[in-house]
Amino acid sequence: MTQMYNKKVMEHFSNPRNVGEIENASGTGQVGSAACGDIMKIDIKVEDNIIVDVKFKTFGCGAAVASSSIATEMIIGKSVEEALKFTNKDLLKEIGGLPNEKIHCSILAEEALQEAINNYKSKIK
Amino acid sequence: MTEKHRIYLDHAATTPVNQEVLDTMIPYFNSEFGNASSVYSYGRTARIAIEKAKNTIADVIHSLDSEIFFTSGGTESDNWAIRGVMQANEKKGKHIITSTIEHHAVWDTCKKLKKEGYEVTFLPVDGDGLININELNEAIREDTVMVSIMFANNEIGTIQPIEEIGALCKEKNVLFHTDAIQAVGHLEIDVEKMNINLLSMSAHKFGGPKGVGALYVKKGTRIGNLMYGGGQEKSKRPGTYNHVGIIGLAKALEISYKNIKDESKRQLELREALIQGISDNIEEVRLNGHPTKRLPNNVNMSFKYIEGESLLLSLDIMGISASSGSACTSGSLDPSHVLLAIGLDHATAHGSLRLTLGETNTRKDIEDTIDALIPIVKRLRNMSPLYVKGEQS
Repeated sequence: MTQMYNKKVMEHFSNPRNVGEIENASGTGQVGSAACGDIMKIDIKVEDNIIVDVKFKTFGCGAAVASSSIATEMIIGKSVEEALKFTNKDLLKEIGGLPNEKIHCSILAEEALQEAINNYKSKIK
Repeated sequence: MTEKHRIYLDHAATTPVNQEVLDTMIPYFNSEFGNASSVYSYGRTARIAIEKAKNTIADVIHSLDSEIFFTSGGTESDNWAIRGVMQANEKKGKHIITSTIEHHAVWDTCKKLKKEGYEVTFLPVDGDGLININELNEAIREDTVMVSIMFANNEIGTIQPIEEIGALCKEKNVLFHTDAIQAVGHLEIDVEKMNINLLSMSAHKFGGPKGVGALYVKKGTRIGNLMYGGGQEKSKRPGTYNHVGIIGLAKALEISYKNIKDESKRQLELREALIQGISDNIEEVRLNGHPTKRLPNNVNMSFKYIEGESLLLSLDIMGISASSGSACTSGSLDPSHVLLAIGLDHATAHGSLRLTLGETNTRKDIEDTIDALIPIVKRLRNMSPLYVKGEQS
């Protein structure tokens, strides 16, 4: 079954980066539902308009866990504006592709991140 | 992974072909290759072997040899039983009763019949997956042609009150089909005593090859064809006999039933050890399916706050093969209809794990599986936004 995913996906599933929560996070985004089998929660910490830390928690399949992990790695160090441009296509490129029926997991990662940034923006207004 | 001892715990999906079964089949691929419908000696040898196979099956399920029809497997048997009987008995009516936890081979056939103008009652089940015999009684109408209720469920292992259902159907003069694909090879079956009119089985679930099954059709049952062609199986199921597969099916069945009492007892003890070990070591788990009226080889448990595919992947990395009712493993967004039918919420259904035992599994396999599961569940829960230690989020 592990053959379903490429090495990079399996590596991120087995050793996910940035799992956890950020205390007093600058922004939090949670998307998905238990009904669909995927929930992704992303916390971001922003300092001087730069995303200095990202943590995630995910309830979901292997692709969902790997997508969350790789998204956090890709976003740390980016400016808020840069991060807003991040899409699931960037993620898919970085991860080396996902099976067709798992593409929605990469979209969830994009949406969770966008929601975290929007949440941050609404707080600083 | 190649070096690691692999533990196969998905025998409800399929089983390896037993070595003795394979040895019995091999000569029929080439030296005894004849078409069983031919008159010369090659064909005769194949035909005699097929007749012997029917006799073996009939002995096990207590039917007549002539009541056994070979098919391409469980799905064909189920499709044929339901569609064949409904179409051939339209004079009586167009109503069929089935349950909400049937395998897709029955469930989807019934849904298709409904679209074609037949009437279908989907009987609900209780939290353990059992149908209620009084509800079945109330559902039977003047125009009810047949009841199709599975012998034992493929996901949660619950065994239905087959004898009671059979008695009721007989009393009400309704035909009774049972999908016994998970039961054959594991439970004692007596179609006479249980008043079963049609019964589906599949060889690869009990140590036989894939691609071959059988349908028991009680003498006198009106049943139409799914396919048309040659004169095989009294023209009811045409097509050149898959005699190699048929011989394998019969041999596997014979071996399964030679030792069924002891093997059943052994697997049941392993099943209980597995359930106990998981329950004792991992919090917030639940057993899905009936605690005692269940297949001796079936364990199905839900682990709160985690998702099934992640669980399967993690087990696979450890060399353990299992399955889940999670949507992610089926390619759809909905989790198993069986788990929803017994009242599980979506999240709990997504977090289900099915472990099904077989002949080669040992007590050590069970211990190793429990040892592997404990840290896996802990790791996945720590990663889950639904899980807040010490409280329910």
